[in-house]
Amino acid sequence: MKIFLFYVLVVLAFLIGAYLYRVLQGPTIFDRVLGLAGISTKAIILLIVIGVYFERVDMFIDISTGYALLNLMGALAVAKYLEQKGLP
Amino acid sequence: MGLLSIIFILAGLFFLIVAAIGVIRLPDVFSRSHAVSLTDSLGAFLMLVGIALHEGLSGNALKILAVLALLYIQNPVIEHATIRAALRAGLKPWKRETP
Repeated sequence: MKIFLFYVLVVLAFLIGAYLYRVLQGPTIFDRVLGLAGISTKAIILLIVIGVYFERVDMFIDISTGYALLNLMGALAVAKYLEQKGLP
Repeated sequence: MGLLSIIFILAGLFFLIVAAIGVIRLPDVFSRSHAVSLTDSLGAFLMLVGIALHEGLSGNALKILAVLALLYIQNPVIEHATIRAALRAGLKPWKRETP
């Protein structure tokens, strides 16, 4: 089970790289915001899998909850600001 | 318990890979939002349920399901706000050119 979780971690890291390509390359700014939302979802899953891998899942779940709340507030603030400002 | 959780995690990984391919390959921000929102939510659901099955019946599994509920509130809200901002900023949806 431990080897399997290690390979799951590697695949998740490559998926974050795929989203990072969209963040760096996106034609408009909304593509970058969408890519950041996808990266945050992957990071939450990655933190929980890391917790299961090191058998300290009770600590890593709290970190992932805090990361999720922080990302929600940040993405909503950026979206509302862009809605008021219009396309740059 | 072990084989069922492995099956769930592999199915979730498949949907996450499909979402990443969609984010790279689709042509527009409006079509990319489908890949980020829908497919990503299904993949996260399958994966976290698999990890909760691996943990067994305890408080940790309950906390993992709480994180999953938070993810299901947060993901559509972010996509909806971003796409509404893109539409009100004057972006036109992508159309195939008629031959």
